[in-house]
Amino acid sequence: MTISIDPQKTNNESLQPKGWLRYFSFSLDHKVIGIQYLVCGFLFYLIGGTLASAIRIELASPMSDFMPRDVYNQVLTLHGTIMIFLWIVPVVNGAFGNYLIPFYVGARDMAFPRLNAVAFWLIPPSGLMLVASYFVEGAAQAGWTAYPPLSITTPQSGQIIWILSVLLLGGSSIFGGINFIATIIKLRRPGLKLMQLPMYCWAMLGTSLLVVLSTPVLAGTLILLSFDIIANTGFFNPVLGGNVVVYQHLFWFYSHPAVYIMVLPAFGLVSEILPVHARKPLFGYTTMVFSIMGIVVLGLVVWAHHMFTSGTPPWMRLFFTIATAFIAVPTGIKFFNWVATLWGGKISINSAMLFSCGFIINFVFGGITGVALAQVPFDIHVHDTYFVVAHFHYIVYGGTVFIIFSSIYHWFPKVTGKMLNEKLGILHFIITFIGFNLCFAPQHWLGLNGMPRRVAEYDPQFQFVNQISSLGALLMAISTIPFLINVLLSVRNGKDAGDNPWNALTPEWLTSSPPPVENWEGEAPLVEEPYGYGKEISEQK
Amino acid sequence: MLNKNIYLILIISLVFAISFWIGFNVNLLPAEASINAPIYDELFKILFIIGLIIFIGMTIAVIYSLFKFRKRNDQIGDGIALEGNLSLEIVWTIIPSIIVLLIGLYSYNIYDRMGGMKELNHNHEMMTSNTEKIWAGISQTSDNEIAINNLSIEVSAMQFAFLFNYPKGNFISGELHVPVDQKVSMKMESKDVIHAFWVPEFRIKQDIIPGQPTILNFTPTKVGKYPIICAELCGPYHGGMRASIIVEEESDYNEWFNKNKKPEVNL
Repeated sequence: MTISIDPQKTNNESLQPKGWLRYFSFSLDHKVIGIQYLVCGFLFYLIGGTLASAIRIELASPMSDFMPRDVYNQVLTLHGTIMIFLWIVPVVNGAFGNYLIPFYVGARDMAFPRLNAVAFWLIPPSGLMLVASYFVEGAAQAGWTAYPPLSITTPQSGQIIWILSVLLLGGSSIFGGINFIATIIKLRRPGLKLMQLPMYCWAMLGTSLLVVLSTPVLAGTLILLSFDIIANTGFFNPVLGGNVVVYQHLFWFYSHPAVYIMVLPAFGLVSEILPVHARKPLFGYTTMVFSIMGIVVLGLVVWAHHMFTSGTPPWMRLFFTIATAFIAVPTGIKFFNWVATLWGGKISINSAMLFSCGFIINFVFGGITGVALAQVPFDIHVHDTYFVVAHFHYIVYGGTVFIIFSSIYHWFPKVTGKMLNEKLGILHFIITFIGFNLCFAPQHWLGLNGMPRRVAEYDPQFQFVNQISSLGALLMAISTIPFLINVLLSVRNGKDAGDNPWNALTPEWLTSSPPPVENWEGEAPLVEEPYGYGKEISEQK
Repeated sequence: MLNKNIYLILIISLVFAISFWIGFNVNLLPAEASINAPIYDELFKILFIIGLIIFIGMTIAVIYSLFKFRKRNDQIGDGIALEGNLSLEIVWTIIPSIIVLLIGLYSYNIYDRMGGMKELNHNHEMMTSNTEKIWAGISQTSDNEIAINNLSIEVSAMQFAFLFNYPKGNFISGELHVPVDQKVSMKMESKDVIHAFWVPEFRIKQDIIPGQPTILNFTPTKVGKYPIICAELCGPYHGGMRASIIVEEESDYNEWFNKNKKPEVNL
């Protein structure tokens, strides 16, 4: 099936505002929506980062002395919720997915442009609602996991606003997922085969399947939880005969796949970035595709590894241990393939490449602690400690956020037609990499030696290591300054990029930068080999 | 070519040597004070060494590629058009699968040695009726073992304290006293929200759940005072929800027990 632009629609689009104003409009252009997602996500990242700084200031001393204890719990709840639902998920899926997928499949827009705009416009109000709940009666304070009975017994208004907000964000995510599946399957340009698609399409197809399969379960669970809070039902309330562990099963049935919803798109993005800057084809395309689908299938059957201390039966613990550990196999394949992509290339050492390599190193570390955490006897000691906090920040920050920055350096010239400053970019990378590792590596030791997570106070013996961690957090906060300066200066005064500054072969670079509204002046090009680096030269000889 | 292989072998053996050295010489864990702890530490050491080998190896590969294959100023054009290598890809699928499977089986063995794989005991005669369902933690024991065991303690957790009930002595304590080298069996239940019982030096943790008793058994091996930490977010004072476990010689324990013991009231 192909979609041709009918004149009616083009007329509608010409009525929409031009210039920067279109970013504040209900635009149907996938490129505008992608940038809306990215900028909106980044603003929430700054809010979430401020909350993280508040946590690290509190933890710089063993006493609870920076903020009241209940406010501390609100801060950590908002930090987790904002970073997951308003920064990482919308940006790696919504921002890059909307911007790139139509180019990659050779379409002029997403399959459902209006649904797409609705999906984006659900985000700002629900995000603002979540942040504003702090000023009503206090925000939710049961952690981003909202385990009952704690979430039932803490102040109600904050928890209910939290549920509503997560429901809206989940809805946005589902709309996006349906749109991506439809676009990738149905809007491919004639002649373009599935196995010729750039890897990010496969990553988004896998991710969207996970979104569509698991997010409704979270929605249902949170609705039941809200009934327990408002209407005194007893689904999860033990006083009324409810079962609190059932909530954990339902919650993690979404929230473990959510990890792959956050990292699979990053796997796709890094697969686009590395070949371009290493001037080599992506190594092992077919195994990459199968490993993504392997992760999708396995990712759905590992949720109970978050519950090894919740009193699950032994057979269940064994099954989830083996299933979880086996995710390391397809994931490992991808990392070996990326290193093999670098091997023998002609690598440009630039900000995009450095952030991608930083991602590989950080994620391998987080993956190794992940395999260890999958082992029941190992997990029992470190579950709910700073070891786990360190592990998942290595995955979502050291992994995904590094790739978000790498992608911004890589696609900034596409979106704006200007280059980002490389010196500021490399400075940004160095401060981020050092700050990140200084902040989170010591937390493994804290967890192993007896510091639980989500505490505002701790044993004085942990003070020194906590201060190192807080110093790292300070560096991470500072690292956003060169980045922001770089972006704000380069948008106006950056060096002209030309249409294809990286000499890339993927379809989004085969049009002008920034691209026209309909993506290509003429027909979309047929790109059969998006990673055919090194080939033209040998053919010319 | 021969030279290259020698370098490769040298680097790989160096990575192994460094990883083993760190694994055996760097201790990241607190004191070992229960039967579980040395078993746990054995698993930790092995995972630590395997992890180090993979991490150091991958990091070297990435940094080496960045230096060796960086684009020189005079270079133009692309790298080699290498799209894959089936045998290499099969190797790095099969080897990790075997490693992961072996780790899984090994940790199963560790878990079994910790007593985690015993059948669920639905009938916990000492303290519960036959119909009450007990949710298992690690180190479960069979009913018979419990029956001859004097050290059955009932733990109740609430915001933000632990209470330890010694049914044999008919008293409740805020500190957990246990004799060294004897198996302790605890039945735990929460009065309000979910809490968790964690003693880092024992390497054990079990959630304490409202409406659903859980069992946790352990055998302390070292006299001393250790922290009991709540590990599950339970409210504003979660960070302050602590208690102490005091492991003492049997005579000291008996003295403490007899001092606190209350006569049973017969009605």
